[in-house]
Amino acid sequence: MTTAAVPLTPAVPDYLRAKQGLLAWLTTTDHKRIGIMYMIGMLVFFLFAACMAIIFRLELYSPGQQLVENDVYNRLLTLHGVAMIFLFIIPGIPAVFGNFFLPIMIGAEDVAFPRLNLLSWYCYLIGGLLALVAVMTGGPDTGWTFYVPYSMSTEHNVLIPMAAAFILGWSSILTGLNFVTTVHRMRSKEMGWFQMPLFIWSLYATGWVQLLATPVVGITLVLVLLDKYVGVAIFNPASGGDPILYQHMFWIYSHPAVYIMILPAMGVVSEIIPTFSRKTIFGYKFIAFSSIAIASIGSLVWAHHMFTSGMADVARIVFSFLTFFVAVPSAVKVFNWLATMYKGSIYLGPPMVWALTFIFLFSIGGLTGLINGALSLDLHIHDTSFVVAHFHYTMFGGTIVIFFAAMHYWWPKMFGRLYNMRSAYVAAGLFFIGFNLTYFPLFIAGMRGMPRRYADYLPEYLVYHRLSTIGSWILVSSILLMLGNLLHSLFKGRRAEDNPWGGATLEWQTQTPPPVLNFNGEPDLSRGPYEYPTEVEA
Amino acid sequence: MSSNTAASVVDAPEASHGGHHDPVANKIGMWLFLFTEVLLFGALFIAFAVYLSIYRWDFQEASAHLDMPIGAANTAILLTSSLTMALAIAALSRANKKLALHLLVVTLLLAAAFLVLKSFEWGHKFSHDLYPRSATMELKAEGEQVFYGLYFTMTGLHALHVLLGGAAILFAMGLIWKDRIRPDRISFLENVGLYWHLVDLVWIFLFPLFYLIG
Repeated sequence: MTTAAVPLTPAVPDYLRAKQGLLAWLTTTDHKRIGIMYMIGMLVFFLFAACMAIIFRLELYSPGQQLVENDVYNRLLTLHGVAMIFLFIIPGIPAVFGNFFLPIMIGAEDVAFPRLNLLSWYCYLIGGLLALVAVMTGGPDTGWTFYVPYSMSTEHNVLIPMAAAFILGWSSILTGLNFVTTVHRMRSKEMGWFQMPLFIWSLYATGWVQLLATPVVGITLVLVLLDKYVGVAIFNPASGGDPILYQHMFWIYSHPAVYIMILPAMGVVSEIIPTFSRKTIFGYKFIAFSSIAIASIGSLVWAHHMFTSGMADVARIVFSFLTFFVAVPSAVKVFNWLATMYKGSIYLGPPMVWALTFIFLFSIGGLTGLINGALSLDLHIHDTSFVVAHFHYTMFGGTIVIFFAAMHYWWPKMFGRLYNMRSAYVAAGLFFIGFNLTYFPLFIAGMRGMPRRYADYLPEYLVYHRLSTIGSWILVSSILLMLGNLLHSLFKGRRAEDNPWGGATLEWQTQTPPPVLNFNGEPDLSRGPYEYPTEVEA
Repeated sequence: MSSNTAASVVDAPEASHGGHHDPVANKIGMWLFLFTEVLLFGALFIAFAVYLSIYRWDFQEASAHLDMPIGAANTAILLTSSLTMALAIAALSRANKKLALHLLVVTLLLAAAFLVLKSFEWGHKFSHDLYPRSATMELKAEGEQVFYGLYFTMTGLHALHVLLGGAAILFAMGLIWKDRIRPDRISFLENVGLYWHLVDLVWIFLFPLFYLIG
């Protein structure tokens, strides 16, 4: 049984041509269309959040006040954080590529609960629009963490952005619920757990974290709102509340949330690297179980955000140890990717370039994470720009870079068009330079004592901030070039074949773009997800 | 509506997408949803535990002023409603539609009784000038203020769940009436039952924590 016999001329229209019109899209339960709608929403919010960063980076070009007042600066960085984290990085890869490819990669027609899936998208949309309303009405200045007592005492409106975060939490929970059930129930009969592509494993682990961690932050945000606007005594120290408890409850979600951000990205890397190395993945089971290990150990490290907040020494040491421990499964993945490439027949296509960029940047992010996790060092660098650099290397250099990698990897399958290769390489190269120029100086500045979230600084930090601001211009041009190139391909791009990269997972078996029900006939599961023909086709 | 389309109410979207019925998937989805509910309340129970350890004596003092008999009556009411819910499912799976509907009506009445007692209790507190930011409240010890803060939040959130559960039961009754929930397609009712038991279970923890520590 081979699908090679299936004719390329589609008998049924593909998902893009099936039912036209805005209404058909807005009421669709097709997971592929929902994925595309997520992608559009996310890119809009991403550019919007990036604009805010560009503005406050300009403010930091020189010491003193140039462009925005202190208060506006605080609000810009808060909304930058809220929009980037809640609207782009947390939902990002699962909502777009998970939605589009999870059912296809397990040989299913759709997710387990298609209508719930659409509801998740509407939750996302409402949350995003509320965040925009928050910007129009001034926006909060508390930082994205809404720490008590700032969020209690601030004059600015925190109701709208917190309500936005709450609703976005619902979107995330429903997506996680849907994906976990889908993996259990919708897998092709012939696909056992260990024949699943690793991207599916990572989405599965992510789904559990979304389910188990998100409700905690949801109720915590509600408590802050009840306390602030109704006067129910929970966190407010004036009526006996404990602000430290807020921090615990916030991070019980928000630290596992960083694994919601990174696990799906690691899953995408585990797809791209074997495909572009023409070699089966090294240590499949280790990678699969390391996702589960990261998800479970990662749920036990939250208090390393609070080493300076006031906590018993024993607790701090335990949390520091567990933080080191979570680096083990992460390192397992990195070593397995490197071992996969070893003696492979590597084709440096744009997705592979982005994946390698990820490994480089994420390694820096991960290793500096150990510096943050070390109790004694953290007391020195807590709340400095070192931390800012660290989490931009992991979240931007990790998750967002892989979002870009996934766009380049799956774009031909999603839209049936190939982008211009040369522009894609130039954009990736520029990105690499711009990224390191923007964030690396912040490590040094932070080590030397530059606090985060400050609109002003002493002259001795000038060189770092200036380099960083110049870097941000290169960074943003590279992203615009990349997005422009992808958009351009939709209209002028060469038509893509069904399997331009020679991938072995199921999405490459079906036609490009996929038909409404994903496959014309039954997918062929006789080959494993990482079994490549010995000869390189490209 | 014809019974043909009716059969697919709970899980049949667009004709082409996921139009199959999978009761196991529905059950898995419901259990996952219940996990999120457990964690939602779990966070509140953690807050309760932390404050109980900080304000032990204030909590005892405040707890002594709650109306224990009403709380006990509500516990009995909710437990009984869980029983009638379970019996309703058993009745429908034996194809006794009429009995199932009757038992669900009893469940709804018990839920209403719970809410009426709850509103008496809250009203009583309010009439004694005990509500957030009231003059009397602000004079109370810090621990008592936190106790009442948690009391209003947790019992309020629980009452909201009773309300939503009641709405779900009502909706399920409509579906049973129209034969869209039948002995061979009972997963929706079973899921409503699971939800109702969770509401009950949460109360079983709320009752001793608030009413019996005084």
